[in-house]
Amino acid sequence: MQTDTIAAIATAMTNAGIGVIRISGEDAFAVIDRIYHSKNHNKKLSQCKSHTIHYGYIYDGEEMIDEVMVLLMRSPNSYTREDTVEIDCHGGVLVMKKILDTVLKNGARPAEPGEFTKRAFLNGRIDLAQAESVMDVISSRNEFARKSSIQQLNGTLTYKIKDLREKIIYETAFIESALDDPEHISLEGYGERILDKVKSMNQELDRMIASYDNGSILREGIDTLIIGKPNAGKSTLMNALLKKERAIVTDIAGTTRDVLEESIQLNGISLNIKDTAGIRDTEDIIEKIGVDKAKSYIEDADLILYVVDASIPLDKNDASIMELIAGKKCIVLLNKSDLETQVTEQEITDRLDAVILSASAREGDGIEELEAAITKLFLSGEILQNEEVYITNIRHKDALIQARESLKLVQESIGSGMPEDFYSIDLMNAYVELGNIIGESVGENLVNEIFQKFCMGK
Amino acid sequence: MYVEENYDVVVVGAGHAGCEAALACARLGLETIIFTVSVDSIALMPCNPNIGGSSKGHLVREIDALGGQMGINIDKTFIQSKMLNQSKGPAVHSLRAQADKAAYSMQMRKTLQETEHLTIRQAEVSEIIVEDNRIAGVKTYSNAVYHSRAVILCTGTYLKARCLYGDVIQKTGPNGLQAANHLTDSLKTHGVEMFRFKTGTPARIDKNSIDFSKMQEQLGDPRVVPFSFTTNPEDVQIDQISCWLTYTNEKTHDIIRNNLDRSPIYAGVIEGTGPRYCPSIEDKVVKFADKERHQVFIEPEGIHTTEMYIGGMSSSLPEDVQYEMYRSVPGLENARIVRNAYAIEYDCINPNQLLPTLEFKKIKGLFSGGQFNGSSGYEEAAAQGLIAGINAAMEILGKDQLVLERSESYIGVLIDDLVTKENHEPYRMMTSRAEYRLLLRQDNADLRLTKYGYQAGLISEERYQWVLKKEKLILDEINRVNTVNIGANAEVQSLLAQFDSVPLATGVKLTELIRRPELDYDCLAPIDPERPELPYEVREQVNINIKYDGYIKRQMKQVEQFHKLEHKKIPSDFDYDAVDSLRIEARQKLKQYQPISIGQASRISGVSPADITMLLVYMEQVYRGQKGNHSNER
Repeated sequence: MQTDTIAAIATAMTNAGIGVIRISGEDAFAVIDRIYHSKNHNKKLSQCKSHTIHYGYIYDGEEMIDEVMVLLMRSPNSYTREDTVEIDCHGGVLVMKKILDTVLKNGARPAEPGEFTKRAFLNGRIDLAQAESVMDVISSRNEFARKSSIQQLNGTLTYKIKDLREKIIYETAFIESALDDPEHISLEGYGERILDKVKSMNQELDRMIASYDNGSILREGIDTLIIGKPNAGKSTLMNALLKKERAIVTDIAGTTRDVLEESIQLNGISLNIKDTAGIRDTEDIIEKIGVDKAKSYIEDADLILYVVDASIPLDKNDASIMELIAGKKCIVLLNKSDLETQVTEQEITDRLDAVILSASAREGDGIEELEAAITKLFLSGEILQNEEVYITNIRHKDALIQARESLKLVQESIGSGMPEDFYSIDLMNAYVELGNIIGESVGENLVNEIFQKFCMGK
Repeated sequence: MYVEENYDVVVVGAGHAGCEAALACARLGLETIIFTVSVDSIALMPCNPNIGGSSKGHLVREIDALGGQMGINIDKTFIQSKMLNQSKGPAVHSLRAQADKAAYSMQMRKTLQETEHLTIRQAEVSEIIVEDNRIAGVKTYSNAVYHSRAVILCTGTYLKARCLYGDVIQKTGPNGLQAANHLTDSLKTHGVEMFRFKTGTPARIDKNSIDFSKMQEQLGDPRVVPFSFTTNPEDVQIDQISCWLTYTNEKTHDIIRNNLDRSPIYAGVIEGTGPRYCPSIEDKVVKFADKERHQVFIEPEGIHTTEMYIGGMSSSLPEDVQYEMYRSVPGLENARIVRNAYAIEYDCINPNQLLPTLEFKKIKGLFSGGQFNGSSGYEEAAAQGLIAGINAAMEILGKDQLVLERSESYIGVLIDDLVTKENHEPYRMMTSRAEYRLLLRQDNADLRLTKYGYQAGLISEERYQWVLKKEKLILDEINRVNTVNIGANAEVQSLLAQFDSVPLATGVKLTELIRRPELDYDCLAPIDPERPELPYEVREQVNINIKYDGYIKRQMKQVEQFHKLEHKKIPSDFDYDAVDSLRIEARQKLKQYQPISIGQASRISGVSPADITMLLVYMEQVYRGQKGNHSNER
């Protein structure tokens, strides 16, 4: 497979401090030789060692375009495993474009989106799960999705799948050796032992599969939970954010009977907002919802919007809410600023490390400030990150489901008293399915997937 | 002048591989000559006195379905028979029969002698004759030349053989037979890569010196199942001879440990690599150090000999230690050894030089089978001999060669493993090596393979028609049973009670009852009045297919996946250097093995799934590119 040489601006197309133009392919060194001049005009980069940096200038013919640093990486020790050259230039859009044009004029062609990754994958530098993650990073819409993708890129998913596969192959190997050498390896009581192991693997698969659904929402937005004691103005806030009458708002405490969920776009960032129910006839909201349930809502949320009715003093409801949300990323809204304020910021900061804003959800005051605060939190990446692996790719989810089905069949076989040699069939199916995720099972489907993903064979 | 003769096929060696190879060729009408260093050692069983066993029994049935001789031969000469692993699933049921060794050997010799177009010749073949990378014949030590169109090498353990125990080294083949000391050099001259392997055998002890009262008697099955699909089951219901079970103990192990330094293997005298799965007692004591005892099977070698084979205690310890060691085992306190245990080392080839047809990649017309290919065991040898024989014949006759897939036979697994995987020790067949074993049962070998035997010309029209009919009977009956409903009436409940099966709450399908572990197709006959009368072999298939339906279907799905890669053929002139993205190790391996399909490529050690993905992507790109070109031309 002859690979032509591709080039692209690798950094953002904005006026920044530095910009990087990346060239990859057989002619990468030939291209840079044509346009690079060292200070004394006597250095040929194609003669230089791999992994060295060279100061100099990029010339378009006679015209000097920019003062640059050039990084050389020879095959296979580069991201694409091909000869790769990176030009660090000044970060102006115009300069970067000009250098890229010069590179293209001298023997490279523009890279398609994701093409460096495609090459990294085709050249065996990264596995399919990692390649897909890179594609997800490129196309992910917000920080969380990006972080999940980066997790996979680092191989967290690969690691977890490998671990499961190892467990499965161990059991299979045990059964097989016992069949081959019954004198020395006994299957006595093995059914019960493996049952526990299969169950625990299935739980792990359950979690990963469930994370796809969470992950999917998160991919389009961050789970945001609105919490506060009854009639603090939670639903009013939600409506103000949604800018439509989604939640039924009355002045009777406890109107919201269930958890409402809505998605909104905020300055290009997706938010998935949950409004918890206010509960009637009770002094203690947390107790009424049930501490566990409240905890799980809070646990799942990436961001808490804690609405305080600032027109009345903090009570024990507020105290227990603050206790539960301590440690979570939180914005406190001192609501009802249109009324006389009974709560000071100090009372909150004493107990919570949170951004505190004053607002009147009903009047629409402070909503813009709230939106700005949320945006700022996102952009600074201050979102709490769960260490669990999140599945963000439908192909992975399908494979996990198949694997789970197979392991359930193993459970059935054990339950119905089938001889041990039957377990292997479904154990191996689970093993292969999991292998499909990380490209360690060879299959037709995988290749089709690759062709789709990378738009190849056009 | 020297003797000079012409044949179609020369078979070198008359062991289990050579006999099958020669019979296949001669039966297909080719003039065949079979060489042996001793005509008294045709189909000799120099080690264990049995045929079959776990997974090996499958091989014998497959050989039989293809038209081979081993199953028929053992059915005529066995003295005890047992279906192993009956407590496990039907996939691992395996037939094993104790042979009367002398009778087995004699019976096979008789068959060879009575076969037309087959000549038996005692001589040592010392050279192969190759012209333009094509085999042209062989030369014997006496300088006689035998021209032929194909040569099949089945030299077993005879090439440069050495037998060892303690510090005693004898340059002989098994049982003191003459070794073949010249052929290796000729093969090397023609570029064949050789390995050196070793294996071993236990002592034979005089039955009259054994106290069987200290052992457990091992009886044969009350109803014997024959190996061959052509044997009338009534003909094998004979009076059987017992085997016996006893155990080693700590004392035995101490004796072995204290003398390990006197074992040629542990002292480093032996160069060959031995089989991990058929270990000597020394190996077992070292490997399973915490085991307090190991099984020892005492098996008769035949009716007219008092020699007993001491199964599980093969050894190469010195004679005096052997006495001490065997005599520490209960029942063997006064044992008189007839033949010593010994290890044997011999030359064999690196089988990755072979195509899956068992023909050498570099020498057209040269085939090989058996221990010469780095396997161990009579059954493995016979299976390869048969395939090598069929393919040599097909080549001469200009017909399609036979390559069995892993998904349809143990023979396919055996040969694919040999030619594709790296073997550093004698290869032994095991159930775990077959990925699709639920489909590869010993009970359905005829249904799987008879058609290939028929196509090759080794199976008669009549026999083939019967298999087709059997297939139809099975299918019809399964279809019928699928429609039968059973009501929860008193007759049904009482039948269920009889088998300790939970009574019915409502009506169910008959198939559901068959699937209950405690029930089967046969025992439900009284409540299935429409059932036609069918022979046992049909009923057995109906039962298994219904009982394990879900598993069988899932396994068939796996096979479907397997086929996708197996049927992606790699052209023999494929240029691996053109695939840039292959890792260097993978590229070297692929060039060396020249796999015929992506499937085979994926099983080569050193070739990773990622490499295979790259190969597939490359081939797909080439394919799409070609498609693109075609459309441009239009």
